[in-house]
Amino acid sequence: MSVTNPAILKLTVKNHPGVLSHVCGLFARRAYNLEGVMVRPVRDDKKLSRMWLLVNEEDRLMQLIKQTEKLVDVISVEQHSMAGSAFEATQEYFV
Amino acid sequence: MTELATRPKHSTAAQSQHGHAHEQTQSEVHGDPKTTAETRELSGAQLLIELLERQGITCIAGVPGGANLPMYDALSGSDIKHVLARHEQGAGFIAQGMARVTGKAQVCFASSGPGATNLITAVADAHLDSIPLIAITGQVPQAMIGTDAFQEIDTFGLMLPITKHNYLVRSAEELLEVIPAAFELALSGRPGPVSIDIPKDVQNEKIELGSMPAPGARLPDPVVTEHEVDDMLSRITAAKQPVLMIGGGIVYADATELLRYFAEQMDVPAVQTFMGLGVLPSDHPLSLGMLGMHGAPFTNLVLEECDLLVGLGVRFDDRATGKVAAFCPNAEFIHVDIDNSEIGKVLQPVQSIVADVGNVLEIANRRLQPQSNEQWQQRVAQLKSDHPLQLDGSDEIFRPYGAIAAVAELVDSSANITTDVGQHQMWVAQAYPFERPRQWISSGGLGTMGFGLPAAIGMALAAPNQKTICFSGDGSLMMNIQEFATAAEHNLDLKVIILNNNHLGLVRQQQTLFYNKNLSAVKFEQRTDFPAAAIAMGMAGIDLSECENPREALKQALNEPGPCLINIPIAETEMVFPMVAPGGANKDMIVSETPEAAT
Ligand SMILES: Cc1ncc(C[n+]2csc(CCOP(=O)(O)OP(=O)(O)O)c2C)c(N)n1
Repeated sequence: MSVTNPAILKLTVKNHPGVLSHVCGLFARRAYNLEGVMVRPVRDDKKLSRMWLLVNEEDRLMQLIKQTEKLVDVISVEQHSMAGSAFEATQEYFV
Repeated sequence: MTELATRPKHSTAAQSQHGHAHEQTQSEVHGDPKTTAETRELSGAQLLIELLERQGITCIAGVPGGANLPMYDALSGSDIKHVLARHEQGAGFIAQGMARVTGKAQVCFASSGPGATNLITAVADAHLDSIPLIAITGQVPQAMIGTDAFQEIDTFGLMLPITKHNYLVRSAEELLEVIPAAFELALSGRPGPVSIDIPKDVQNEKIELGSMPAPGARLPDPVVTEHEVDDMLSRITAAKQPVLMIGGGIVYADATELLRYFAEQMDVPAVQTFMGLGVLPSDHPLSLGMLGMHGAPFTNLVLEECDLLVGLGVRFDDRATGKVAAFCPNAEFIHVDIDNSEIGKVLQPVQSIVADVGNVLEIANRRLQPQSNEQWQQRVAQLKSDHPLQLDGSDEIFRPYGAIAAVAELVDSSANITTDVGQHQMWVAQAYPFERPRQWISSGGLGTMGFGLPAAIGMALAAPNQKTICFSGDGSLMMNIQEFATAAEHNLDLKVIILNNNHLGLVRQQQTLFYNKNLSAVKFEQRTDFPAAAIAMGMAGIDLSECENPREALKQALNEPGPCLINIPIAETEMVFPMVAPGGANKDMIVSETPEAAT
């Protein structure tokens, strides 16, 4: 697995109050560098949310992924390239 | 997609919690709120208590207050015994003591605001030592959340980084999912604490109830393949100087017998972490004692020479490894642990197995070829006899090792032992002859002063037919001394032994060794009369220095059932050796005070 820097993670999480706190709380608690977050309910399944994370953690990326997967509300964690990510599509909003 | 991304999550109950956040009016839809043949009406608080009963909870420690009054109202009609702690931190540690000695999940209660903040230290402590603690707090009614209401704090936010998972319950119906899910989570995989915050309106909400959910239980463990285990066995066989490192995971997996058989058949010596003490009896020929910051010289020296270290249910904590780059400099590592995120966190193993260590050992014991490591054992024996643990003063009752030895001689191995935090804790860890798992419980990861007395109360409540002994220090004991009254109220067979140096001894030691003997804020100018304090709160109390025959007095105090405080004065100049400087390499242990540093 090649590590892009910063890395993009695509999470599927349960859509209910508290889940964003759990993900952001983990990053704060373990001092992982989080550069971007985008989250919305999944269009065709309101029980789920899609969360996009932009993280700057070359050496600790695997550790970060494992810790994120441990969160009870996190269903899956995938690495994604910039191409086709929510961050690519929205770059113009962050100028 | 990474391969990690496909790891299945097997949670069942936990999967759908909060799914009903906006359906709390379901009971109204049913019309008739009265009991029918199939359904009955319950309040959220009554439902909570019933769900806890169904989880097998028989004893809850806690403190009531405005926001959890409905829970206490419902509790009074239950068979669950309540232990009224004198401080919520005490309640948290009482529940922890019960959990640590039984391996079962245990519950503590607190009210909102200050009740919840007082619980936090005990919850954080459970998190670092992987203890299945369920902390249930009252919260202000949902309509008042966010208004800075009286005794409102963000319990959800405070508990979030110190629990395995936490909930804010939004309807009584949600309890049907949250309570079993909380137990399932606390007990599954690597155990840990779960916090549940329940607003008062949810406790009061009436719901129409049909059937109850199944109690939450530990989920099946990950599957281990014989291939993985064979690979581990062949690496151990190929190694010339292998060592096992055994930790709390063995205790929690109830894998002690499997481990002993495995070590004996493979003829591999074993170091134990602080949390793993008791897995191998201290006089077992393969036991190398505790490693790390206060390990025996030979223990850390064996690790300097080993060529393969097999970590079984350990997390390579910095108090065990010392400076990681210098830890086992000639060794490769194998790491077996149930928590995938521990693999590769501290060091990179050549092989890892994410599994319940008991399952791994069970397969290993079926497939291993018994072997002997004669040369390596000879070398280990040599190191043992050349660099033993020096237990100075073991026959003097007013010296640390002597006091510990005197107690150990007077009680049998059925006694459960706990400590507070400081020098006394390390002396006990080094020198007490532990013989079985769960005989020893102590605050390892968080190192919480004040742990000992309430934890001992929990142990004595859960194991009433065994003696409970808490070694404490005059600093630590003061941090939860109010629980003397709780111990007396329940007339527990519990002995608190203070190794009393009238100082914050471990801090004094660090200032002596690493801060030029600049002793700053470590002496208690006002001495406390601990036996008098114990007596004032309904316990017995003696001071051995005032007894004509201290040994005889100790014997009497230990044998007499009931709670008793035993004060044993020791010199403040006593030190725990060896000691590795924080951040230092284990091989650079300090074994004595340099003569000119003597104070
Ligand atoms: C709650 C808490 N506060 C502070 C510390 C830091 N600390 C570690 S050991 C220690 C001194 C403990 O003194 P005492 O309980 O008398 O034990 P001794 O070292 O003298 O045996 C202190 C202050 C701690 N571990 N926990």
